[in-house]
Amino acid sequence: MNGITLTLRALHHGEQRLADELTAVAERHRTEHEVHHVATDLARWSREHVQRVADTGRDHGVNLAGPADHDTSGLLSTLRQKAAEAVGRRPEPGLLLLRDLRELHLDATENSLYWEMLAQAAQATRDDPLLALASACHPQTLRQLRWTNTMIKNLSPQILTSLS
Amino acid sequence: MDVSVDRIALPWGSRTPYGRDEAWPVRVDTCLADGVDAGGVQRWVQAASILHSDGDAMDIAVLDGRMVGVRGRAQDRVNRGRLEPKDLFAWQANASPDRLTRPLVRRDGRLVECDWATAMDRIVAHSRELLEERGPGAIGFYTTGQLYLEEYYTLAVLARAGIGTNHLDGNTRLCTSTAAEALKESFGCDGQPGTYDDIDHADVIALFGHNLAETQPVQWMRVLDRLEGADPPRLLCVDPRPTPVAREATVHLAPRLGTNVALLNALLHEIIRTDRVDHDYIAAHTVGYEELASRVRDSTPEWAAAICDVPAARITEAAELLGSADRLLSTVLQGVYQSHQATAAAVQVNNLHLIRGMLGRPGAGVLQMNGQPTAQNTRECGADGDLPGFRNWQNDAHIAELADLWNVDPKTIPHYAPPTHAMQMFRYAEQGSLRMLWVTGTNPAVSLPELSRIRSILAQERLFVVVQDLFLTETAQLADVVLPAATWGEKTGTFTNADRTVHLSDKAVEPPGEARPDLEIFLDYAARMELRDKDGGPLITWHDPESAFEAWKRCSAGRPCDYTGLTHARLRGGTGIQWPCDEDAPHGTQRLYTDGITWAHPDVCESYGKDLETGATDDVVEYRSLNPEGKAVIRAAAYLPPHEQPDDQYPFQLATGRTIYHFHTRTKTGRTPQLNEAAPDVWVEASASDASALALEEGDLVEVSTPRGAMRGRLRVTGIRPGLLFVPFHYGYWDTKAGHAPDGETAGRAANETTVTDWDPVSKQPLFKTAAAALRRVERGDGHPAPAPTTTASAPSRADAVPGTTGGPAALVKEDAG
Ligand code: SF4
Repeated sequence: MNGITLTLRALHHGEQRLADELTAVAERHRTEHEVHHVATDLARWSREHVQRVADTGRDHGVNLAGPADHDTSGLLSTLRQKAAEAVGRRPEPGLLLLRDLRELHLDATENSLYWEMLAQAAQATRDDPLLALASACHPQTLRQLRWTNTMIKNLSPQILTSLS
Repeated sequence: MDVSVDRIALPWGSRTPYGRDEAWPVRVDTCLADGVDAGGVQRWVQAASILHSDGDAMDIAVLDGRMVGVRGRAQDRVNRGRLEPKDLFAWQANASPDRLTRPLVRRDGRLVECDWATAMDRIVAHSRELLEERGPGAIGFYTTGQLYLEEYYTLAVLARAGIGTNHLDGNTRLCTSTAAEALKESFGCDGQPGTYDDIDHADVIALFGHNLAETQPVQWMRVLDRLEGADPPRLLCVDPRPTPVAREATVHLAPRLGTNVALLNALLHEIIRTDRVDHDYIAAHTVGYEELASRVRDSTPEWAAAICDVPAARITEAAELLGSADRLLSTVLQGVYQSHQATAAAVQVNNLHLIRGMLGRPGAGVLQMNGQPTAQNTRECGADGDLPGFRNWQNDAHIAELADLWNVDPKTIPHYAPPTHAMQMFRYAEQGSLRMLWVTGTNPAVSLPELSRIRSILAQERLFVVVQDLFLTETAQLADVVLPAATWGEKTGTFTNADRTVHLSDKAVEPPGEARPDLEIFLDYAARMELRDKDGGPLITWHDPESAFEAWKRCSAGRPCDYTGLTHARLRGGTGIQWPCDEDAPHGTQRLYTDGITWAHPDVCESYGKDLETGATDDVVEYRSLNPEGKAVIRAAAYLPPHEQPDDQYPFQLATGRTIYHFHTRTKTGRTPQLNEAAPDVWVEASASDASALALEEGDLVEVSTPRGAMRGRLRVTGIRPGLLFVPFHYGYWDTKAGHAPDGETAGRAANETTVTDWDPVSKQPLFKTAAAALRRVERGDGHPAPAPTTTASAPSRADAVPGTTGGPAALVKEDAG
């Protein structure tokens, strides 16, 4: 296994993880409506990234699966929703939300750094398909980062000053 | 020539045809109370409409201290004497017997009358306590799009520099925030680029999700007059309903809800593919074109056809129409703003004009519309989630200007984050971190999405709710303190319509009982709170509408919305005047961007932009590198599927909207006999094919349900697109037995029982046109048709199915065309 396949594996794992996290955060914070909806949209980007990494991986002889599908209907999701509603009327979940956004931010940062590494390696080896992959996906990872940062910036003042 | 016209049956009145590039002829509409003739009127007092964003100028007829009618102002640039049905009749509601005349406070669970001192002391005591114990973040203000400029500015100074809270927004959030955001994204700054006069010159008028006929009826009269004159314009209509606009259109597209970005990207694709692009304009005045071109490279009409469910050939025809225009006017409203990807779609309309070089010339303009009469002023004055004078919360120099102006420390003006938007304020209230909400002139218990949630937030014990309004609205019934307000015709002030025209509206009569102008109430609160500047002087130094206007002028100086050339006196007697109006433009400014882009420079701009898909804010460094010289920014966006899609359980899409006969939650129009009878109750629209598939007929009582709730109404079968249901949103409960909510005897009646809590991540405008819904019959009709007008978009698909809407003798209006 060379460094490029290693990086592809790391990205495959990292993007799958971020997709899962975004979906979980969207579920957990159904009563934070903007977070719920946008995180769901952003999970789609990461799932696309997983698919593209898997496709490119194949050309590099690495066998990576497509994105894992998560059924968000069903009992578990109903339970989560009930839990979200129950805590939705208290201020402390704000702290939980900030923690979740922070985690998302850090995970996306890790992916971003891997995309950077992949792009550098692609240039060094003049591997155009690999560079195309990184240039298509990395900007979206950066946008995920900017979103978590914006949400943290906008929500922190109220959440952190209202805890009694 | 004088004629009398039933203006309920003929909402747009008679035609005065005119040719392209000619002046729109005058037609003066007059409506006087029974038994009063023009000779008997003692005074005509100048005013303008506050029932829609047209800004129609009128005079109020006064006899023995009472309002007895209205007349359009012939000399005004906006309406040349015309009035629409709401303007013509709704003045009568001012004199309704159920106006609030004394303050109310809640005692032992009930609202009881009291004097002003008692009510204000309660509010002040509560404010002080919250400030001390929890800080300014515990207090929020939710205002409207129906107060006057002087009032918004006072409220903004009071809230931002006095209380120091970041929580101040208007219900213009539901109405016009996407217009503002789209302008900021493209031009770096708010401000309508075009003017209504562009209707006189355009050869193609494209209406995107804009039922102009019902939302700005007087400008629709202007379009109708041009359609009957020489060299008429061709119309493109994008609307899933068979609106009056659709009926006049050369091309009508009725896309599936939530697919506007796909459609617009396909239109841009075609225009770029056929190279109907003004490359010189793009090079001179814009950045970002390459990215747009690459983003829409694959957005073919066939691709969009599959998403939008309209024929690809129609999309090509529409693109042909837009591409071949030599003077293109586009207008945008709620079909875009209250739908999925609102800002992203509205920005694509700006892009269309930027790449075609269709700006700043007669007939070549964009109107990102407003719904409410004074929405523009909430934006300018900073009462809606923007800062006063279109200042940028991320720009410390702009904050320093405000601090200087108000003589406060910059740190007292919250600017660590963007001002809190309304939906987030309600979320903070739900969570319990916001403990006092002061609602002025709006009715969230009917107008916000997911009403059961909103009611439960407003009804919380820990939330102190103040409501300032004309009537005991659904929201007021949930308040802790209710303040009786004076309104249009009972107070003086200025306001600005969607095309930047500033009008003065003078006091004609006394308000009922102890009702007071909103400005007086705010000034009283500021005084009782002893709000101070940094030298210990009073923070608010003005005392009446005129001195408030002068204070606002100082705040607007040098900013895009410069009012320094205006005074109350200058606005009295003549026509309304468009800002900017200053030394350089003493007669006002008809069109912005006649000579390149003016306010997008990094040092000047109101916003550094946001990501169109996520809403993430850009910062100054990014903006400077993107747009160092301050050109227009072409921002591309990918289509994302809507968040709620029909399924087996909820097979329909549901949109809510307006009708010409009502405004807002019918506070005034529901109390106006002619208007109320034209559309007395809620209804549900479905297509003929859907109705017959479910064996439903005109007049059947049906229930519309979504995962949030349900409402009932009589069915109207129309030419709406199959798969789509439509419900007008004006109806609440104040005129039902239940009072403020559905109960055992009153089924859900408000459209917002069903709508989803979801908003555009960029403009934060709630998405009222996006729900998935189910439809079922509750009861067969009894032979009566649905209470829906036949004159408008709710016209029945079978013309003989329903008797026509008429107003009879009570609706006769005198029209005097030259
Ligand atoms: S009815 Fe709609 S468009 Fe009209 S003012 Fe209200 S929110 Fe705006």
